[in-house]
Amino acid sequence: MITVTDLSVSYGAVQAVKNVSFAAEPGTITAVLGANGAGKTTLLRTISGLVRPTGGSVRLGDRELTTMSVEDITMSGIAHVPEGRGVIAEFTVDENLRLGALWRKGDNRPAIESMYELFPPLASRRKQHASNLSGGERQMLALARSLVARPTVLLLDEPSLGLAPLVTQGLMATVRDLTLRDELTVILVEQNARGALSIAKHAVVLYLGSVVVSDTAEAVSADKDLRHYYLGMAEQ
Amino acid sequence: MSFLSSQFMSATFDGIANGMIYALIALALVLVWQATHVLNFAQGAMAMFSTFIAFTFLEHGVGYWPALLIAIIFGFLVGGAAERLLIRPTRGKPEINPVVVMVGFLTVIEAIAAMIWGPNSRTYPSPFSQIGFTVGGTTINFSPYDLYTVITVGLIAVGIYALFRYTNLGLKMRASAFAPEVARLLGVRVSRMLTFGWMIAGAIGAVAGVLYAAHNNAGVYPTNLDLVFVFGFIAAAIGGLESPSGAIIGGLIIGLVGDYVSSYYSSGLAPIAVVVVLIIVLMIRPQGIFARPAARRV
Repeated sequence: MITVTDLSVSYGAVQAVKNVSFAAEPGTITAVLGANGAGKTTLLRTISGLVRPTGGSVRLGDRELTTMSVEDITMSGIAHVPEGRGVIAEFTVDENLRLGALWRKGDNRPAIESMYELFPPLASRRKQHASNLSGGERQMLALARSLVARPTVLLLDEPSLGLAPLVTQGLMATVRDLTLRDELTVILVEQNARGALSIAKHAVVLYLGSVVVSDTAEAVSADKDLRHYYLGMAEQ
Repeated sequence: MSFLSSQFMSATFDGIANGMIYALIALALVLVWQATHVLNFAQGAMAMFSTFIAFTFLEHGVGYWPALLIAIIFGFLVGGAAERLLIRPTRGKPEINPVVVMVGFLTVIEAIAAMIWGPNSRTYPSPFSQIGFTVGGTTINFSPYDLYTVITVGLIAVGIYALFRYTNLGLKMRASAFAPEVARLLGVRVSRMLTFGWMIAGAIGAVAGVLYAAHNNAGVYPTNLDLVFVFGFIAAAIGGLESPSGAIIGGLIIGLVGDYVSSYYSSGLAPIAVVVVLIIVLMIRPQGIFARPAARRV
């Protein structure tokens, strides 16, 4: 379980995240929604240690994360799939997957092979450079690369960015299934509110760095004003 | 007088042996560049100092091979120390800062070497004969020492290739070079990898320094690797700075061009010819001959 309490982050004079609090539970997906500049990415980067907060805390169970290094946070079981996917284009598919599991001692081959089973398109391209993959395949690879390390927490930053609707749907379904199967704690940052709400249990809506609403995904989906003003979803 | 002992082949043999030493300096520069995107202007001076350390042990009766090992270890440690103490504080600062720091380091190392060992050239012993092999009754301009040089550089090149291609350490080093932030998110201790890149470069530089010191009795003195560094740098630039194999081939090209010009015209023209080659390469392929086009990052 990830508990964020009164978290604040500033870039110079600009406060990107203001007193944000929420909790994400195992086996569930927590969607973090909001427009560009709402502080979603900064929030994830703070949880994974890439950005230092100016106040507040992030806990994994009862471990405080904000004082730990990025590498140690990763090794405590938190996997962050960054925006823009972060696949290493110069590496082959297999090298990307190997890299993901390196900090896990022992034989990681079974974990890598299970990812090829989960994402068959990757299996047929394992020797190819990641630069040859399509957008959807890159997102699969980024996700698989995080999963080979068998994390307990998954931080996903805009996985649907630039993907076709059908590809996004498949990806969301995979994330949902994995969350249930492996009891993952997933924090899903999305601009695509509809896709995220369809698989999330809980939703946190950010506006200019502050939490506007923190409620169940159904309640957020049902709130017309919220959809209109903060999520930019068209009325149906 | 056979073809093997002709002026052309003599220059070719000498060019290969010289080129291999430039290639090692180029390889060290490439490793440092890959790790931290810094041009280590002190690479030659660090190699010179490592050679002097080995020389001091030799003077006290230590054998050639243990002394070489000491130089390698010293180069390894100096490389790591330079990254930690000199380069790390310049991170996030303007790109000119590490350049100025390393040029300053170069001056300081050469001055300290002159204070300890004096400005005069010292003879460095050679473990193998410097007299050319005899092939079919004629002596060629390629000695057992040259063969030792070529084999040593070849082994180092293969070792570096294998490190990057087949080991987990190499995978982590490459990830740290290509995508430091992603590597950290995957649990790679990137700052250690960068230091390690500098350490390997320092060790390779030390080998180059020791090889050069006995090569054609060049000797070791505080500025003895200045020109070698410039040639090595040009070799690395021709090879594309990112490519270890490009560094080796660049070194060979520079060695051959330098020796042909020395042999057929005048040795004073060789540095100019080498710079002309650099200018031509940069005009035709500014990214270097062996650089792959920048991979798309989508």
